[in-house]
Order: sequence, then C-alpha cells, then structure tokens
Amino acid sequence: MDFATAITILIDGLVFSSYLFLVSVGLTIIFGVMKILNVAHGSFYAWGAYTSAYLIGIWSNSGLPDAGTFLMIAVAALLVGVVLGLFLERCLIQFMYGRDEVIIVLATFATFLILEDLILVVFGVDPYFAYQPMMVLGSTQIGGIMRDVYSLTLIGLAAVVGLILWVGLTKTKWGRLLTAVIHDREISVAMGIDVTKVFILTFVLGAVLGALGGAYVAPTVSVAPGFGIDVIVLSFAVVVIGGMGSIPGAIIGALIVGIARAIAVHKLPEVELFVVYGVMVAVLVFRPEGLFAPAKARKI
Amino acid sequence: MTALLEARNLNKSFGAVNAAKDINISITDHEIVGIIGANGAGKTTFVNMVTGYMNPTSGQILFSGQDITGREPREITRLGICRSFQVAQVFMTATVFENLMIALGIAESKTLFDGLRRMRRPEVEQKAEAILNRYRISDYRDAIASTLPQGVRKLLDIAMAMVAEPKILLLDEPTSGISVEEKFELMDVVMGALKEEGVTVLFIEHDMEIVERYVSRVIAFYSGEIICDAPPAEALIDPKVKEFVIGEDPGHGEVTAENGHA
Amino acid sequence: MDMKRDWTLPGLTVGFALIAVVGTLVLPDWLMALTVNSFSRALAVLGLMVLWRCGLVSFGHALYYGLGAYVVALLGKDWGISEVLITLPAAALLSGLVGFGIGFIMRRYREIFFAMLSLAFSMVMYGILVKTEALGSTDGFSIEQPSFMGWTPEDATEKLHTIFLMLCFICWAVAALVHRYLQSTLGNLTRAIRDNEIRVEYLGISAQHAVHIKYVMSAALAGLGGAMLAISLGQVDPDSMVNWPVSGELVFVTILSGPGSVVAPFIGSVLFELIRTYAFEWVPGAWQLIVGATLLVIIFFLPGGVWSLISRAIGKREDL
Repeated sequence: MDFATAITILIDGLVFSSYLFLVSVGLTIIFGVMKILNVAHGSFYAWGAYTSAYLIGIWSNSGLPDAGTFLMIAVAALLVGVVLGLFLERCLIQFMYGRDEVIIVLATFATFLILEDLILVVFGVDPYFAYQPMMVLGSTQIGGIMRDVYSLTLIGLAAVVGLILWVGLTKTKWGRLLTAVIHDREISVAMGIDVTKVFILTFVLGAVLGALGGAYVAPTVSVAPGFGIDVIVLSFAVVVIGGMGSIPGAIIGALIVGIARAIAVHKLPEVELFVVYGVMVAVLVFRPEGLFAPAKARKI
Repeated sequence: MTALLEARNLNKSFGAVNAAKDINISITDHEIVGIIGANGAGKTTFVNMVTGYMNPTSGQILFSGQDITGREPREITRLGICRSFQVAQVFMTATVFENLMIALGIAESKTLFDGLRRMRRPEVEQKAEAILNRYRISDYRDAIASTLPQGVRKLLDIAMAMVAEPKILLLDEPTSGISVEEKFELMDVVMGALKEEGVTVLFIEHDMEIVERYVSRVIAFYSGEIICDAPPAEALIDPKVKEFVIGEDPGHGEVTAENGHA
Repeated sequence: MDMKRDWTLPGLTVGFALIAVVGTLVLPDWLMALTVNSFSRALAVLGLMVLWRCGLVSFGHALYYGLGAYVVALLGKDWGISEVLITLPAAALLSGLVGFGIGFIMRRYREIFFAMLSLAFSMVMYGILVKTEALGSTDGFSIEQPSFMGWTPEDATEKLHTIFLMLCFICWAVAALVHRYLQSTLGNLTRAIRDNEIRVEYLGISAQHAVHIKYVMSAALAGLGGAMLAISLGQVDPDSMVNWPVSGELVFVTILSGPGSVVAPFIGSVLFELIRTYAFEWVPGAWQLIVGATLLVIIFFLPGGVWSLISRAIGKREDL
C-alpha cells in the first residue's frame, strides 16, 4: 500500500468514524442510563436531517448570507431533539420502564416505522439538497486528493461533542448524578435522586445528539426517504462493538468500524457492505459484552 | 470409608479478597451440617464452588471419592449434589405445580430422547402431587410463583432441588427473609421432608437457635477460613465462634453477625 | 388449564382439511396466492414463536428464510433438480445445518444481544449475496419450474393449486410436530428459560443446549418457509428474502400472532397479508405507519397477540 492510499484511507476512516460516533453516542448514553435500546434513534437522525435541509433551504432562499446556514443545523438538531425526544419519552418510553428489554426494542422499532412514514407526510417524497454549508467552506487538497472541508469538520465536531460529554459527565454535578444512575438505579432512588427527571433529560440529550448527526450530515448527501434505516443498524453495530452504554466504547467502536470500512472500500470492495457486521460478529464472539461494557454483578 | 463430600485445600480469591483459604471439609452420609459465619465469611462461596457455579482458584472437591472440581452445575446436579438459594430461584411466571412438573421432567430426562417424551405423564403428575404434600404446599398448587408468600416460595425452591433425589443437599440460608414466627414452622417442614428422603444436608444459617435445634455438626467460617468444626453444643460456646460469628449478644442472628464482622 | 382437553391437533386437522377443500373450490387465484405466501411465512414464524416463548427475538431469521429460497433456486440452476421432494427437504436441512453452526455462538446470548447478533449474521449473508454476480447480485434470478413427484404442472393455475394443496399438508404436519414438541419436557423449557436459567442449570440440564435445539428448529423451519415462498414466486432476490426488513416482518408477524398456540402463526400471517394488501390499496405510503401502530397496540393491549382473542372466545364457549 503506497503512502497516498494510506493517507486517503486514514482520512476517510476518520471522517466516517466521526460520523459514526456522532450518530451512535446518543444511542449508547440512552442505553447506559435507561437500559433502553432505542431503535427510534434512526428517526431522530432522519428528522434532524430533513429539518436541517429544510431550514437551510429557507435561510438560503431568503437571501441571508450562507454562513448562517450553520446556525440552522444547530437549530434543527435542538428543535428535533427536544420536541421529538420529549414527546417520545412522555408519550411512550415512560410507560415501558421495567418491561423486558426486548419488548422495549420492539416498541421503539414500531415508533421508528411510524416516524418514517410521518416524514413522508410532512416533507414529501422528493429528496432535499442543502449543499450551502459545503459551499461556504470550499475544498482543500490533502495527499493529492481534493476534499471538501465540510466533511473534515465532522472530525472536529465529533471531538468537541466527545469532549463536552466527557467533561459534562465527569466534572459536573449533573454528570455525576447520571453516572450514579448508570451504576445503580435502586441506590440512586434511595439517595433521593429524581430518576424520572434524569431519564427525561437523558432521553432528550440522546435525541439531540441523534438529530445533530442527521442535521450535520444533511448538506453532504441527498436527504431522501429511507434515510434513517442504515443508520440504526450501523450505530447498533458501533455501540455493540464498543460495549453498550459506554462512551469510550462508542469512540473505539466508531474508530474500528470507520477504519475497517475505509480499508474495505479502498482495498477490498467486495466486503464493503458487510465488513461492519463482520467486525461486530467477531467482537461479540470473543467479547460477548462488547469491548468496554460495565461489569455485571453476581447473581446468586 | 470414603467421605460423601470432601473439600481439599480449597482456595478462592476475587482479586485481592480471599473468599476461601485452605478449606478442608469432610462430610459423611446422613450428616446434618450447619455452616455459620458473618456476611462475607465465604459460606455462599463455598456452596457455589461445590455446586459448580464458580471454580476454586486451587484445591479439589471430591464427591464419593470422585473429583468434581470445575464441573458444570448441571453435571454436579446429575451426580447427586443439589442446592437451594438465598433468594428462591423458581420459574416466576409458572404455577407451583408447573414448576415441579418442569423440575421432574428434567430430572427424568437423562437423554435427549427422554426429553422429547410428553411432560405431563400421569405417573409424573402423581409424583408432583406427592411432593406438594410432602412440603405442605398443596394449597398453593395453582398459584403463580411470583405471587407466593416468601416462605412458600422457599419451600418450592427446596422441593425443586430435591426432585432430582440428590445424595446431598446444600441449603443457602433457608430462613433468610422469613419472619421469626414462621422460621421454625418452615424448618420443621423442610427437615421433616428431608429426613424422610434420607438426604445429607449442609445448610448455611445465621440464626443460632435454628442451628442448635437441627444440626449434628457446626462448621464456622470467618473471612474465608474455618475457625471451628464441632458438634453444636461445643461449637456455640467456642470462644472464637462467639467473638467472630455470634458476637457479644447471641440470639439476634443476622444483625449481630454483621456486627461481629465489623 | 391442564384439566381441559387439548383441541389443537383435531383443530389443525379439520382446519387445514377445510382450507384445502374450500380453498380449491372457491378461492380466486389472487387469494390463493396470498394464502400460499402467508403459509410460507407462517412456517418461519412458527420457529420464531418457539424462540419468542423463551423470550428470544431474532432480528435475523431472514438469513435462513433466504437461505432456503436460494437452496431451491441453486439446486435447479446448477444441478437441474426441481423435484420438490428433494428441494424442500434440502432447503430445510441446509438451513438447519447452518443454524446448528451459528447456534454455537447464538446460544450464549440473550435479549438484545441475541437480537442484534442474529441481525449481524443475516446482514453478512445479505452483503455476500448482493456482491455475488454469479447469484444475480441485487436482481437475484428466476427458478426452474418445480416438479411434484415427477409431474410438472402445465400452467400457472395448475402450479398454484398444487403448491397450495402441498403447502396445506406441510403446514398441518409441521404444526402438529411442533405442537407435540412443545408438550415435551424440552419443549416446555421455553418459559422456564425466560424465567430463570440458573434454576434450569441446577435442575440438571443445559439452558444453552435447549436454546440451541430451538434455534436449529427455527432455522430449519425458516428455511422451509423460504423455500416454499421461492417455489411459488418463481424467483429469488436478496432484498425481498434476506434483507433486514424481511426479518423485521417475520418478527412482527410473530408478535401479531402471539405465542399461545401453533395455530396462531397461520392466522397471524394471513391477517398480516390481508392488512398489507388492503393498506396498499387504500392508504398507499402509510404501510409502515400501520405496521408500527399495530405493533404498539399489541405490545400495550394485547401481549398475547391475535391468538389471545381467539383463545378467550373459545374459553367462553367452553364455559357455557
């Protein structure tokens, strides 16, 4: 493998890893705190993307400077995350606490299907293009290959989100509260922590992160029906590889999957479609709980 | 004469904690042995090692002279060592009768082919009814296990362990979670039934009155070691047992046991 | 419960005999094709139901569904074998064998890990099929005309009727066998495994082995169902047989049917096919919405699935 290809694979891998981390970190936080595997996470992503593309379109058409479209991305992520997240938690998830994990997966799967069709009702079937933010940043040359700067900023965004989450969870009072709930729900209740509130906040946080993933990716692709499907499966793979509920796990999982896929794309295109699942199977076979899963207590 | 159950130089460590240090025990047929000790003294760890839930770090466990160290729980069950649990392990969504039927069905399925026989055969159902009577739980025959009173659930747990007709039964705190008034009633039923079946019994117990009343031999654990192995009359007045297990004020069971540990 | 007589076997016999006779006499071709589709799927659902009773949901059984279909297709394509007496057992057997192999891994997992790992396995298979030009890639390929004990039907109607009758018989036989299995000790180790595996182990049997057996069974049944579907459709392709929405569909029908009886998957599957047919006609573009809403309603209000409605109705009649 020559140097240029290695650089290409590395950058492609990093960009894709960052994307994976963004979309899967919300999923893993929700699982860590609430023990809910939220299939509707794909809906947050898709709704974030559609809303972002839509808002960018409006902003751009109104003649305002294109640089402001970045603001629209943030607005879309917050709007979708808060509204959809809050709505789902209050109307559905809160009735599922304490039920079988598998039943909750099915319920969120049902929600995902419903939200998929509602997208068509709200946004129609035609694809959306919102390339303005990409145009603003232009492109640059790395290792002899032209790359758009916008994609590269994904790496920065993922790093910032990761850093904020790390600081937020370890250095703030609220973060420690969350960690306490992850560690032992019953003791947290006994200590007087308002678990209901923690759950709502967690779910909304996860939803905002999912929507942010979609909102940020929207300018680089055509936002079309079926947008959320691949994402769920991919982010599940990432989260399972890293260990459900672990943020460092999500980082490692995203890096492994991202780089593995970049290698496959450039060197072994035949396996590109399933390299992610191949890695997932391999990891699960040797480490059933994923690479970074918290240990389980003695049963008897 | 070979011992029924023998532990030789059994050690178990969890990281830096030694839950078993050089445990040597020899149990002969038809003994009723009480295992006492403070919380964390290594009693359940011992039972878990004997029944294959965890492997010892070093040492050997022999059953009728046969080495069973490191075997799977199901193999050990088939050989004739069964156990009950601190928290009753029953099939919570099934009725008491169904619980026993499943247990009997498994006990009578020695091969895959056996397992394909109909579970509800008249002769098996009769056995289940007999067990209901022996453990005085016929009144709860069709109650779902999750709705049972604590004591009944414990009885069911023990009855299910006895379905395989073991040679030795290990009871992990049969009276934990049971009110003081019901303790003796429960133990009378259990010990009566077990005597009838002629099984050797090893049971972990915090309540010294129970120990005194039912056992023929006491083994006291303290931080992973055996500090006393003697008949109850002797063991319960042993100074080490008094200090490390019973505490200053005998008769208050679990609470004092914890104090003794602290 | 245990005092009541078990009407499942007579019910199955009379039911399938009636369906076969009445179906042949009165069903229009499109409805018969719909029934064939439903029953093919129901065979796979039957296997998933056994797993569901253990509390296990597989989001990847399209792997075996598709495998069965491709086995039939390949036997015809590469070896010129179109005899259903060979192709159908071969499909079930091979799916069962693959299930046996993968089962060594699957049996160690429960709950969401089981669900997600099975999804991963099926997606690997999907990826391989999509990338394999020799198997028609995303387009798949068409299947040889099937022959039934040496006889090849002359036209489409004849073929459909033959498949329909054969399927009625297969479904009857398979449902009866599964029912008998569920009455055995091993078959009863479903709820027991869901409730308490520790107890199962300490009763002297391996919960993992029990799950493995059920997994192989479900794989073979899915393979058989997929094979039937392939024969009746006349072609195979990855997207309608192996991709994850197919697995999702199988899971959905399992939940819709309910775990109560081996009869349930057949009723649930026909219901599913009917809903789908009419949904596409009346509210096109809202299919997923209907599926999702139905699933939610069942989870919250009808945990026993459609079957629980029927068993309640039967229960009432017996009380009279």
